[in-house]
Amino acid sequence: MNSENNNGMSLIIKTVTRLTVGFIFIYGIYIVLHGHVSPGGGFAGGVIIALSFVNLMLAYGKEELYKRVPKTVLSLFESIGAIMFLSIALLGFTGGYFFYDWFVYKGEPFSIFSAGTMPLSNIAIAIKVASGLFAIFLVLILLRVTSGEEE
Amino acid sequence: MRWELNLLCVFIVLPLAGAFLNSLVARRFRKFSTLWSNLIIFILFLLSLVTLKFVNQYSVLVYKVGGWSPPFGITLVLDGLSAFMLLAINLISFTITLFSINYMEKFTAKGKFYTLFLLMVAGMNGVVLTGDIFNLFVFLEIASIASYALVAFGTEKDELEAAFKYIVMSTVASMFVLLGIGLLYSYASTLNMADLSSYLAQTEPALVVKFAAVLFLFGFGLKAAIVPFHAWLPDAHPSAPAPISAALSGLVIKALGVYVIVRMFFNVFGVTSEILGVFSVLGIVSMMVGVLLALGQWDFKRLLAYHSISQVGYIMLGLGLGTPLGILGGLFHLFNHSVFKPLLFLNSGSIEYITGTRKLNEMGGLREKLPVTANTSFIASMSIAGIPPFNGFWSKLIIIIACVEAGRIGYGFWAVLGSILTLASFMKVQKYAFFGKLNEKYTQIKEAPFLMQVSMLFLALICVFGGILILPGVREYFITPAVDVVVRGIAYKDVVIGAIK
Repeated sequence: MNSENNNGMSLIIKTVTRLTVGFIFIYGIYIVLHGHVSPGGGFAGGVIIALSFVNLMLAYGKEELYKRVPKTVLSLFESIGAIMFLSIALLGFTGGYFFYDWFVYKGEPFSIFSAGTMPLSNIAIAIKVASGLFAIFLVLILLRVTSGEEE
Repeated sequence: MRWELNLLCVFIVLPLAGAFLNSLVARRFRKFSTLWSNLIIFILFLLSLVTLKFVNQYSVLVYKVGGWSPPFGITLVLDGLSAFMLLAINLISFTITLFSINYMEKFTAKGKFYTLFLLMVAGMNGVVLTGDIFNLFVFLEIASIASYALVAFGTEKDELEAAFKYIVMSTVASMFVLLGIGLLYSYASTLNMADLSSYLAQTEPALVVKFAAVLFLFGFGLKAAIVPFHAWLPDAHPSAPAPISAALSGLVIKALGVYVIVRMFFNVFGVTSEILGVFSVLGIVSMMVGVLLALGQWDFKRLLAYHSISQVGYIMLGLGLGTPLGILGGLFHLFNHSVFKPLLFLNSGSIEYITGTRKLNEMGGLREKLPVTANTSFIASMSIAGIPPFNGFWSKLIIIIACVEAGRIGYGFWAVLGSILTLASFMKVQKYAFFGKLNEKYTQIKEAPFLMQVSMLFLALICVFGGILILPGVREYFITPAVDVVVRGIAYKDVVIGAIK
């Protein structure tokens, strides 16, 4: 490694990552939004979104990512995802039941804007899974760095 | 009837919402998160008292989640047994959160503690309320995963090791349970407990059902720490912070283990004399092995953990007799154990908070310095050893009478012997910890903070007056509905399907 690139991997990998990471991210969003009409869903899409961040971290090193995505932001998003999912379930009480499909416009089968509360729940799950999985990855990295030192 | 039904979800929604809001705001508003968590558990405790009234009024309530009808949708079922467990869980959780206000100050992440604790309570409430076996598995995992993190909460070497052992063994158990659920689903094409039970009753008993039953006995037996599957408990329970040890010993092994065994075997599969025989033998083995291993312990919390194994043995013995009296004794002992064992763990936590030690031979003469801790622990020790008039005496007496009544004098003998050995073991605790000469190190110590004293006194009061619960006129509200559910056996399906209409 030369002095210029001592954080992260080589220039080739950085360039390729820079080109592809956006596509990976968008593909994750695609999986989430089409969760109710095609295979996939909130969890799978959330994992792909988290992987796009993991990819960035592997290529550019952890300091770069810590600057942009601090741990507090991740824990914030994780809680928000969980609370959003719970609120969608709780709003079902407007129809009389917990988890009731309160969305009035049910839409056409096999189109994106359909299936009531399911796409919303998928989005909530994706937020939770993406931030949670990336937080787990960050914690594993963190433990490896500080294991030798006294805190 | 609508609002009563909607109340059932509150037991799951409120702690979940509390946990996630806690993780959102705990960093900034420390006081608020403590207050908020205690308030939620207190509300749940009050609501669980209200559910006893529902059971008295309607006998069974079935809630359709999302408005989907039962064989397809998930149901929440409140019957006598669920209400009994709900009250035990939320009552003890309330005293534990009260205790942890002061106790958890010595750990840095109190907000995280409350988040995990509320998740665990949500999981346990879900397990006892759900009427769907896969949903049960999900709640089982919520409660288990929260408890793994709580066992490792101190993040010292021993705690991490114990938590790792607990994770591995408990995950193996969960996988066995999942395999059993999968086999049952492929056989019966349904996950709803009542529906599954009626399908099993219509068909010839297939080998795969027996295999699934064995898998469940292994999986839930490990969660309940019955003896061949107990190895994780003596490490995991003492390593956790004291309030969590109290919750694990008092609630988790019962809600995730004993309760589910009762529900699956008595209400879904239906018990035969062989299954009952297995329960009784496992019960006696746990009872004796637990108490014999406990006798030699010098670590206060480890001794208590071994006694948990032994006391679960009593519960299994009572249930394994299969007679109404035996089941009454077993369930009553379940409730009593979930009162005095948390109390003992809170006592050990209080001593550890003040003196910083868990070793019995480093204590001594603490009675004069810590009157509240000493007296409540005396009451709890006498309860667990089965000395009248405390609550443990009555439930052990009922179990022993039920043994004699069922013609199992030998079982009764082991129960008496186990009780005597328990007494011996707690005599040792009292002698070394509270009587004798005060260690010179501890001349300056003061009694535990006020809220810790309040929660210990509250549990001690229940220990003293717990015997009232089986008097005629009182037991109809609390224990008899639970016993009826178990005694009715596979008639559970008719009751639940009848309530759906």
